[in-house]
Amino acid sequence: MSKDNLLVSLENAGIYKSPKWLIRGVSLEVKNGQIVTLIGPNGSGKTTTAKMVLNILEPDEGSLKRYTNKIAYVPQKINIDWTMPLRVLDFMRLTNNLSNNEIIESLNQTGVEKLFKEQIHGLSGGEFQRVLLARAIAKKPELLVLDEPVQGVDFNGEIDLYNIIKNISANLNCGILLVSHDLHFVMSATDHVVCLNGHICCSGKPSSVIKDKAYIELFGEHRSKTLTYYQHDHDHTHASDGSVSS
Amino acid sequence: MLDDFFTRALVAGIGIAIITGPLGCLVIWRRLSYFGDTLAHSALLGVTLAYAFSLNIAFSVFVISAVIALLLLNLQKRTRLAGDSLLGLLAHSTLAIGLVLMGFLSSIRFDIMGLLFGDILAVTLQDIALVWIGGFIILGILYFIWKSLFSATVNYDLASAEGMKPNIYNMIFTLLLAGVIALSIKMIGTLLITGLLIIPAAASRNITNNPTQMVFVAILIGILSVTIGLFTSLELNTSSGPSIIVIAIILFIISLIPLELRGKLQK
Repeated sequence: MSKDNLLVSLENAGIYKSPKWLIRGVSLEVKNGQIVTLIGPNGSGKTTTAKMVLNILEPDEGSLKRYTNKIAYVPQKINIDWTMPLRVLDFMRLTNNLSNNEIIESLNQTGVEKLFKEQIHGLSGGEFQRVLLARAIAKKPELLVLDEPVQGVDFNGEIDLYNIIKNISANLNCGILLVSHDLHFVMSATDHVVCLNGHICCSGKPSSVIKDKAYIELFGEHRSKTLTYYQHDHDHTHASDGSVSS
Repeated sequence: MLDDFFTRALVAGIGIAIITGPLGCLVIWRRLSYFGDTLAHSALLGVTLAYAFSLNIAFSVFVISAVIALLLLNLQKRTRLAGDSLLGLLAHSTLAIGLVLMGFLSSIRFDIMGLLFGDILAVTLQDIALVWIGGFIILGILYFIWKSLFSATVNYDLASAEGMKPNIYNMIFTLLLAGVIALSIKMIGTLLITGLLIIPAAASRNITNNPTQMVFVAILIGILSVTIGLFTSLELNTSSGPSIIVIAIILFIISLIPLELRGKLQK
């Protein structure tokens, strides 16, 4: 991967919200085909950093450089209340014009094609998360920003979705910025880890980050070690409705 | 045909219903009901100024509404008071200033009732032209910005991240809202215009399941309210503006029936 594939870079960026800095001194890059993850405790500035990358929040210091406009975003929380009648297919077309076939194809990838005509506000948390991811994939983005994309998804679904995310990065050759709590996935499947706690504690390849003192301090010795190389064996797979397929 | 005052009222009223349908949907999706109300209250100040300086009423109301909308955005940046407090502050202060100014203009006779409740039966040919041409422009702009505006309505961050520029379009939407109020103030009045924005859209929500459908059914319910309302007012000799709103609320109640039935069927 050459340096020319740079999609976005933050340089020494920070956001100030009276009376303190939410995050400060963040420098990071995302390139084509790369998965960069942000980890860190609650309130460490992961979402704020993601929003800077997306240009939703403008840095109060430092700078953002973006080299693509094909961006898709899976936000951490979306509330759509009953007042807005919105089917899954309307939601899929929110910022993009897609044919029904394209929509079904994307929904199929995250295992929720059956929900095509359902109302958004009737979906469960996990189903909605899958729809959000499908919507982002359907845009065929160059940069994909995922903020806790598997929250509310059941255990096997989580593994499914993480596999999908890995495939997206390979198939679309897009760069992914991922905010995640899931240390197994972070350590096994991502290219670059940035560990935040109001600033960058440590960053680098997963194999070097796990040895970093700052990382061990933040996540505790036990957790940081035992969860590092987690393998999950399954001799069958489940569809999203729970049925078993081989 | 347009010589008849009743036909003129019908043509103007239907024009207004077509504009308030889509804008009303956006108002309820964005929880802006009280914002519409505030703009309508401030219209009184606009009308007073129009009389004082012999300006066109619609123009003056539009300018004042736009100023109020910008003031609101500005106040929101300066204070942490909740949105509804700021709206109340603006609504009642502009209403009060309007009434005080009116006192100075004692030489002019004001038709206060007409201002509050509108007088659709006094519609002139110019008014009709204003409503239809103005409405055409408003809906044209709305059509072009719909995708951005709608995505920002669903989720601001998402729209912003994916390059839909919600800031600009929110501002344009506010101006369009001010425009609708300016166009309809003479016919519906300051107190009832929010009703025509919200009630048809709310009724429509009860019987539709996607955004486009909701917009068109809201227009349809608006047209029905105006038509039946005007005929009722002619027949029973009631005031026209309130009659339209009464019909709208009856249609709203009817729209609840399929919702109830569906609920029972699912049980």
